[in-house]
Amino acid sequence: MNQPSIIDEATRLRGQLPDGFRDGIVESLHNDAARIAETSVTEHGEGGRPTLDRLLDGALTHRVWGFAVMGLLFFAVFWFTISGAAGPSGLLSRLLVDYGHGQLHALVAPLHAPQWVTGLLLDGVYLSTAWVVAVMLPPMAIFFPLFTLLEDFGYLPRVAFNLDRLFAKAGAHGKQSLSMMMGYGCNAAGVTATRIIDSRRERLIAIVTNNFSICNGRWPTLILMGTIFIGALAPPALAGVVAAASVVTVAFLGVLVTLLVSWGLSRTVLRGHSSTYSLELPPYRPPKVWRTLYTSLIDRTLKVLRRAVVMAAPAGALVWTISNVTVADASIAAHLVNALDPLGWLLGLNGVILLAYLVAIPANEIIIPTILMLTLTLGPNLFGAQQGVMLELGTAQTHTVLVQAGGWTLLTAVNLMLFSLLHNPCSTTILTIWSETRSLKWTAVATLLPIALGFLVTGTTATVARLAGWA
Amino acid sequence: MPHTELPTPSVNPAPPTDPVCGTCALNHASQLLSLGVDVSGHDHVVALAGNPNTGKSTVFNALTGLRQHVGNWPGKTVIGAEGGFGYRDRRYKLVDLPGTYSLLSTSEDEDVARDFLVFGRPDVTVVVVDATRLQRNLNLVLQILQITDRVVLALNLVDEARRHGLSVDERHLARELGVPVVPMAARSRQGVPDLLETVERVALGTIATRARPVHHGDVRTERAVSELAHRIQREYPELTNTRWIALRLLEGDPGIERAVTDGTLGRLAAPAASTESFTDRSGKTHS
Repeated sequence: MNQPSIIDEATRLRGQLPDGFRDGIVESLHNDAARIAETSVTEHGEGGRPTLDRLLDGALTHRVWGFAVMGLLFFAVFWFTISGAAGPSGLLSRLLVDYGHGQLHALVAPLHAPQWVTGLLLDGVYLSTAWVVAVMLPPMAIFFPLFTLLEDFGYLPRVAFNLDRLFAKAGAHGKQSLSMMMGYGCNAAGVTATRIIDSRRERLIAIVTNNFSICNGRWPTLILMGTIFIGALAPPALAGVVAAASVVTVAFLGVLVTLLVSWGLSRTVLRGHSSTYSLELPPYRPPKVWRTLYTSLIDRTLKVLRRAVVMAAPAGALVWTISNVTVADASIAAHLVNALDPLGWLLGLNGVILLAYLVAIPANEIIIPTILMLTLTLGPNLFGAQQGVMLELGTAQTHTVLVQAGGWTLLTAVNLMLFSLLHNPCSTTILTIWSETRSLKWTAVATLLPIALGFLVTGTTATVARLAGWA
Repeated sequence: MPHTELPTPSVNPAPPTDPVCGTCALNHASQLLSLGVDVSGHDHVVALAGNPNTGKSTVFNALTGLRQHVGNWPGKTVIGAEGGFGYRDRRYKLVDLPGTYSLLSTSEDEDVARDFLVFGRPDVTVVVVDATRLQRNLNLVLQILQITDRVVLALNLVDEARRHGLSVDERHLARELGVPVVPMAARSRQGVPDLLETVERVALGTIATRARPVHHGDVRTERAVSELAHRIQREYPELTNTRWIALRLLEGDPGIERAVTDGTLGRLAAPAASTESFTDRSGKTHS
């Protein structure tokens, strides 16, 4: 074969070149580009970016104000989401759950189907799906368009710019703030987005910490807990504000954990230099409001909802089944919950929540419906529910169920919010991490590190709260 | 290639400046048939390349009718999306490459883009550039022109440039680069008809493009590149981008070295080499 000889020839020629020839190659490219650009572009008037852009950038990327505006904007987005979604959620829940479920039962009654068939399909599959739609559709339909408008306007790169300094201090790549932003939509997408990071060391840091960006599937849990437990502590007029603040707090805690873990990794197993890079601040563009509303509804909201529904149906069936198959005097679900209860107690959670997180490994979207279903089934039968049936519940009733049947306290709710931030990634994300890193070790680290942190944090809050006599 | 035809300016008429024309149903854009994800039976493969945040995804959506998410920030697209469109009687497969600033470094998104241009051998490469940041964008354009000269430059965001008091002489630019230049404002669909027309002509070869080679200031580098390029040309007479390959080999690019040793380059040089699918190369598609 004479092919290797080309390589040999290249090696020989390279030996004759001066040391800095690579820089020379890049330089001649840049010189050419500069010359062509210079002769093609004419500037009239004052040139440069318009003053409004500069003014905005001055405020939005300011050392202090930048962060203040950031907090305020995200707070506003959640406040709109929480206060706007309550009404439509209640309506959907009455329509799909109260009315729809009853109607369906009435409809199939003449068929005299075996009880387990109607149980599995109507009480398991249908109810969990309907619940997911009622709980998730309204907040998502408000949250995504708002978030997309911010993105369209050009705000996200400014957030990245603000966080860049912090990431550099944490020994991570500044572009990690961009993959983190993607993670707020979906962690699997965020992990893929780390491809923009050149160095493997910094890319691994970005992958391991991406799970601390709260994804679509977890927002509903936070929003619900914030609304019914934390917002409810405040006078009604302030409830929405307080609930939004609690959600924003958890999200910011996520950023903090991201920075801390990045710092820890870059000081220990992933030591190395931070790369420099240039982050481009795109011009502000007036968002195309109607198009954004349309596409974010179709692409994001419905996509997320479809995934939730697709996952909720089999999960509903699974929960119904484990709640109704009895082994040695108790249902499988009861055995599992009993086994998990001690650990749950230690973490300020309970066995039901832990079991729900096991069932929900494929999709975090179904945490709340699963918890409710299990609580109703296994708790004291206050509501006359059949085994494994999710009752018709509004937001207010959800609170009642969790407190009375599940024995939930404020500590449970707070720790659920924390645990929702700090637990293993969903199975899709784990698979994505595997395909991006091709490393069993790093897939394991990215999977287990968050849950270890979750145990640590919730365990600590539970202990502290109990010692202080708050719970 | 005989250089009988002047590249762009003579064949690519000045675009309609009136925005109404671009959206009018009587305009020949009405011959655009957006095929969404249907890429079956395509006649030509068109790659979309460019710096991050120049509007590649917007152009992609305008042509395919898909609604790939468009974000106003760099690094939005890291996985190539594929879509199809028909224009006149031909069907095209359009591949949206990740936005990159160069093809020199080693991050994965740059590799994906470069590998597709080199090994996927698209019939036409549309490079979307930001008219407000021409110089930085041209760095990438010049690198792409070293790989392939079947390029159409989509000079996007001309509306924004105008707002910033900049105007770009696209005829001069086309002459300098040796490839057609189409001014566009893709967000409001201006320039789409001209882009389609130009892509078709480059695909059919009615526009002869002729990229101007980048010459290296340093004499020794220039001599080494030429010598190695000739050596490669002797072995693979069918290859058109031998200078670029020579450059990469001189720099010790592992990807290209591998392509030489494992015979990938030889297969590329074979006239009947089939175009490899983008999804096959990157291993997966993603929604």
